[in-house]
Amino acid sequence: MTVAAQQIVDGTPAPTAGNDTGTVTPIGVDEAAQFLYREARLADAHELDAWEALWTDDALYYVPIDDTADPMTSMSIIFDNRGRIATRIKQLHTGRRHAQRPPSRLCRTVGNVEVLGVEGTDTVVTSVVQIVESRERGTRFWAGRVTHKLRRTDDGLRMSTKKVVLVDSDRPLLSLSFLV
Amino acid sequence: MTTTLGSSRPTPEGLRGLVQPDRVHGSLYTDPAIFAAELERIWYSTWVYVGHVSEIPRPKDYVRKTIGPQQIVMTRDTDGGVHLLQNRCAHRGNLVCEADRGHSGSFRCPYHGWTFSNTGDLLGAPFNQGYGGREGLKELGGLATVPRVGIYRGFVFGSLAAEGPTLEEHLGAAAERLDRLARLSPEGEVELTAGFVQHEVEANWKMLVENETDGYHPQFVHSSIFSISGSSIGDLYSDKSTAVTRALGGGHSENDLAPEFRRLGVPMGWAGTPESKIPDYVAQMRDVYGTETGDEIMINGSPHIMIFPNLFVAEIQLFSIQPLAVNRTVQHVTAIQFKGAPDLNRRLVTQCVGSVGPAGMLLADDAEMYERNQRGVEQLRPEWLDLRRGLGRETTDDDGYTIGTATDETSMRSMWSHYLTLMDPQPATAPQESTVEGAQA
Repeated sequence: MTVAAQQIVDGTPAPTAGNDTGTVTPIGVDEAAQFLYREARLADAHELDAWEALWTDDALYYVPIDDTADPMTSMSIIFDNRGRIATRIKQLHTGRRHAQRPPSRLCRTVGNVEVLGVEGTDTVVTSVVQIVESRERGTRFWAGRVTHKLRRTDDGLRMSTKKVVLVDSDRPLLSLSFLV
Repeated sequence: MTTTLGSSRPTPEGLRGLVQPDRVHGSLYTDPAIFAAELERIWYSTWVYVGHVSEIPRPKDYVRKTIGPQQIVMTRDTDGGVHLLQNRCAHRGNLVCEADRGHSGSFRCPYHGWTFSNTGDLLGAPFNQGYGGREGLKELGGLATVPRVGIYRGFVFGSLAAEGPTLEEHLGAAAERLDRLARLSPEGEVELTAGFVQHEVEANWKMLVENETDGYHPQFVHSSIFSISGSSIGDLYSDKSTAVTRALGGGHSENDLAPEFRRLGVPMGWAGTPESKIPDYVAQMRDVYGTETGDEIMINGSPHIMIFPNLFVAEIQLFSIQPLAVNRTVQHVTAIQFKGAPDLNRRLVTQCVGSVGPAGMLLADDAEMYERNQRGVEQLRPEWLDLRRGLGRETTDDDGYTIGTATDETSMRSMWSHYLTLMDPQPATAPQESTVEGAQA
């Protein structure tokens, strides 16, 4: 992830050095997996507020088209800072987000969870997600490689980054209006 | 729904019955025979937007593009000329260009190794004794080229018909809107360098074309995002708005929002971007154009224009519409970038990414409407789609163009009127046969 990717033009503060004194208790693969499963379950169930509460304030929710491109100068599928995540959730809450009316029926599997290492206060976790989405137009299969950056806070584990690289990210995609 | 035409080739008489001044028949969106005729008479005949010169800045650059279902390679030769090649080997029809973009003076077919220059000429075929040696190669064809290529303000258009109206004739008043767009750059040039998001919808392409300048839908389709973001865009498309819907001829139409932007009277107010956020851009615009003209350009804003059949400029974003089947269409979308305006451009990318594409907070809802509409028109009754909104209150502006209010269906009616002239040409001239030959030569 580029540094630029973490500073969205419309108002994200620069990433903070962390919320503790620098000692990080490592997050193990089991603990990470439990977090990923919970996040997946909340997204599948459209538990919007609970899902939103999993984010840190310096959040980055990113679904690139080209994972090697600079999201500040290139198009992405999703490139949300914390403020824009809040907007996305609020839009879903209006009940007038037509692309999610009715909400997609979702069932996703998270697998191949690995802890890749530590970056500052965050633990980098990679996984694979496979999602079945059912809507009136039909049933669609989504799959991608996911990177989470997890952080231990006073309130428990939180995610500061979620990046989903879809296998078909650079091809024509039908609407992707649920929380991927 | 297909009872009028069945699956037979649509006749001019049949089409005239389906496209009426105040309504159009549902089969126009669902009949595969009509779609096939549209490909032949519109997409493979008229000028279609293909790409932009900034996508192939250097000699030998190339990028894959499309004209409807046709695969096109847009190349730049060593002299800087732009070429549109059909991506089909002259030997056995293999796709010769596999990469989405790249830098190469030639293309080698992976199947039997025939090699073509980036202008389409055959450079060689392996074991050429089988063709009678080098002399024999001259009998073999090169890559088919799009017979007519036209460039306006860097926007590259192609026509698969060898003859027809010039690009300037095709664009008509739309050209001035592209001028207006380019003037928002301190260097007078648009650049499409941010790449494209490809958003597919299970709907007929005309659903998209009609929606692009439909000022009636934003308050309803986009109310969710307008209500929470405090956006004033919805007000531009209301009964109180001074904006107008204008039929520009040639099937082109616009929502002219400039009257509302002028009411705001703030440079870049139309973009929702305060001057303080883009000081370099604003200063440069005033420097280049002079304070008065620079401010005027920045106040009047960017056009919102649908250039028939596939180029839609929506202020800060550009859509290229690609029909693939009667009920399948892809929108290729990018953030417009203005040469010499890096601070503005970064904002435009992030703003655009939030709005468009499969997850876009605006466009995913438009896409939902297209798809529901498609499923709707597949229902048998009432057969027709109503197009009469504002028909009784249209006026003619100072330039002679028909205008309606911000929410009137003036744009759709003019699109359909032009559609009919393309789909129902004078039978005596019979240009269709030569068109097809041109497309496949």
